[in-house]
Amino acid sequence: MMLEKFALRSRALLAGAALSALLVAPAFAVTPADTLVEGFAIDDIISMDPGEAFELSTAEVTGNTYDLLVRLDLSDTSKVKGDLAESWTVSDDGLTYTFKLKPGMKFASGNPITAADVAYSFERAIKLDKSPAFIINQFGITGDNVTEKAKAVDDTTFQFVVDKAYAPSFVLNCLSATVASVVDAKLVKEHVAAATPSADYKWDNDFGNAWLKTGYAGSGQYKLREWRANEAVVLERNDNYNGEKAKLARVIYRNMKESSAQRLALEAGDIDVARNLEPNDLDAIAKNADLTTTSAPKGTVYYISLNQKNPTLAKPEVRQAFKYLIDYDALSTTILKGIGEIHQSFLPKGDLGAMDDNPFKFDVAKAKELLAKAGLPDGFKVTMDVRTGQPTTGMAESIQQTLGQGGIQLEIIPGDGKQTLTKYRARNHDIYIGQWGQDYFDPNSNAQTFASNPDNSDAAKIKTLAWRNAWDIPDLTKETEAALLEKDSAKRADIYKDLQQKILDTSPFVIIHQQLEVAGLRKNLKGFALGPSFDTNFVGPVSKE
Amino acid sequence: MSVAENQAVAGRGSARAVAVLSSLGRFLVIAVTTYLGLLAVTFFIGRVIPIDPVLAVLGDRAPTAVVERTRREMGLDLPWIEQFYLYVKAALRGDFGTSVLTTNPVMSDIRRVFPATIELATLGTIIGAVIGVPLGVLAAVKRGSLIDQVARVVGLIGYSVPIFWLGLLGLVLFYAKLQWIAFPARLDVVYEYTFTPITGFYLLDAAIQGQWDVFYDAWRHIVLPAALLGYLSLAYISRMTRSFMLNELAQEYIVAARAKGLSETRIIWGHALRNAAVPMVTVIALSYANLLEGSVLTETVFSWPGIGLYITNSLQNADMNAVLGGTIAIGSVFIAINLFSDLLYRLLDPRTKTG
Repeated sequence: MMLEKFALRSRALLAGAALSALLVAPAFAVTPADTLVEGFAIDDIISMDPGEAFELSTAEVTGNTYDLLVRLDLSDTSKVKGDLAESWTVSDDGLTYTFKLKPGMKFASGNPITAADVAYSFERAIKLDKSPAFIINQFGITGDNVTEKAKAVDDTTFQFVVDKAYAPSFVLNCLSATVASVVDAKLVKEHVAAATPSADYKWDNDFGNAWLKTGYAGSGQYKLREWRANEAVVLERNDNYNGEKAKLARVIYRNMKESSAQRLALEAGDIDVARNLEPNDLDAIAKNADLTTTSAPKGTVYYISLNQKNPTLAKPEVRQAFKYLIDYDALSTTILKGIGEIHQSFLPKGDLGAMDDNPFKFDVAKAKELLAKAGLPDGFKVTMDVRTGQPTTGMAESIQQTLGQGGIQLEIIPGDGKQTLTKYRARNHDIYIGQWGQDYFDPNSNAQTFASNPDNSDAAKIKTLAWRNAWDIPDLTKETEAALLEKDSAKRADIYKDLQQKILDTSPFVIIHQQLEVAGLRKNLKGFALGPSFDTNFVGPVSKE
Repeated sequence: MSVAENQAVAGRGSARAVAVLSSLGRFLVIAVTTYLGLLAVTFFIGRVIPIDPVLAVLGDRAPTAVVERTRREMGLDLPWIEQFYLYVKAALRGDFGTSVLTTNPVMSDIRRVFPATIELATLGTIIGAVIGVPLGVLAAVKRGSLIDQVARVVGLIGYSVPIFWLGLLGLVLFYAKLQWIAFPARLDVVYEYTFTPITGFYLLDAAIQGQWDVFYDAWRHIVLPAALLGYLSLAYISRMTRSFMLNELAQEYIVAARAKGLSETRIIWGHALRNAAVPMVTVIALSYANLLEGSVLTETVFSWPGIGLYITNSLQNADMNAVLGGTIAIGSVFIAINLFSDLLYRLLDPRTKTG
């Protein structure tokens, strides 16, 4: 018995020793010297086809892997500069844009870049008619006329004809959007699949869409090697790039959703950059001697909006009272610290005409006075749909507390993001807290959604944010349209300033802050910078020491 | 052998065939109804949730015209019953639709992610059984002793502490502080894009190809999540083993064996455990099935690209084709494991042997 007991015990000890021996591993992890590894929530990616992609992470990938005719000028984001285009002219009637391509450029495949590739890129984007196609549709370009309106005059000359004399800044800004990326027509045509024409889709082929969802046919600094949904995106240096070549051979975006997991991996050296950090993790990283942080304002604004179908919320004084019942200062020093900047106008900083004065302060007396004027001196009860997660939940709790001081009892209805959004899009909410990222880098993108509502009926064809809140604004809608035809950039900017002022004074939108995109990175990285938009988060200049 | 005897044998044979066929038939009926029920419930839950599936495909920023067109393309304008009928019809042909998130056919996605889960669950169950069974036996033999108390506490913690919390704690300790194990994923970045898996079980693949550095790397990634799952199943297996053993040890044949002067080792490991093994097979099989379907939290914490993470992501994105496909896959495995443990049961228990 004694012996057996001993034997058993020693066997257990041995097993334990063996296990712990297997666990012991080499010390500090490092990523390969020629590879940049970023931890990034990339689960929003659903297609790598630039004619279809409309998600933020995808914009970053296509921005690094595809070229455009023109690109946002990072030194002054109210302008564009040539990318594949060497120069361009606008005809006197303001309808014809002629682009001259730089000579001798090649796609990553080795095929030459010609005006015919540009024309095909427009043709397929319009005919596929996916989400981002409207950015080009705005100029009166449809599947039936695109081959005449966007065509190659010769190998290096591309012509683009619009239907009205729009502000050139508007047209050029739209052409800097991902949807206008230039694809390798020869390569794409090798992968075209047949399609059956129907009432919804008139064409006999898919313009390579099925292949390009995961494939690649571009000319950017990096080429896409692989996208594994919910796992990783792998980029490789494009040695055929027509400008300065990328410094590192490889870039890997690894899907990591959790801020805390990203922080752990960054501290351990398993990733070089962490992209979705929350304030507390950001703080810890800022204190770590091996790590540093960087940030840039992005074109996304956070707001709460009041559904005008609710008669109480439709009173002008009530709308204004809400704007005084938000404690902007407290929000910016706590929940939004490092990830947002107070910004109360609908145009994000960096846009042409963006206003940056924030007139509203937390002022309970002023709000109570407005509520009394509206005939509601004792306040009222109302609900708000809130997407669970940060920063929305934290913001909602703060807002609930400050509204309470003004006598407004707010009931928070938490829900999954898509669930609250479904309700919002059906106009079934009272108050919604959300964010809006501009679709392309032009003031019209946000003006159109916040300050125009062509048809406020339930069956409307165009459903802007103003529509979602049932805010009927025929005058502002006209003013937004007029801004598109103002050729003079300075005058155009003035119209947007006027629109922003009117939104501040009358709208059911309480705009709170503009998103700051932050990243934590290891100090041995050189040249890492975040751009003003996701498609300008370039990784080409990044190197390692 | 007389003619009469021959006929009797033949008769007994065909009776057995009928019995086998009828049990097979019963199994098929159960399997088919289980599947249909599973499909119907998942399908209709997917339609009842207040989330617009078009949002999953297009996001919030798509123009209204594109939204309406996509709704028609996805067949969402049809009545529910018709949608379900079309879905089942396609599923019978082996077509489970396309995942919105990955744009791949759901079945090819599942073939890709399932091995990751199986690898993890298998290792976890091995750990659970190899440690849990002896622990349970010891606890039963030394009932009321220190070992029994320790085993009880270990089991209790395994039952009651949420696994994601243990997982995070383990990550902070073994990964962040001690750097003993690798970060949450299946492989290091260096290997992830140079290693070509064959079966999808990375440990096995690396061993087959003789790439021992990859094997070691895969091991460093899998060890903590597998140990956690192992702990979870250990807690269950050891408690169950203890109670089965106590039951056996109280039987008269044990007294008889002791009276015959057999060694205690023989009695415990040779007789009592042998008899307790029969119900334990079911327990281990069930715990394996539980790890397969219940590894969702572990996979999330450890960024383990298995079926749990796949279904969670799909659900969060209202990608119902993927959720349905994943549910069916897990359901199939559950049914298969039950069948398998049934078979093992028959092999191990002489009383269930016929003829």
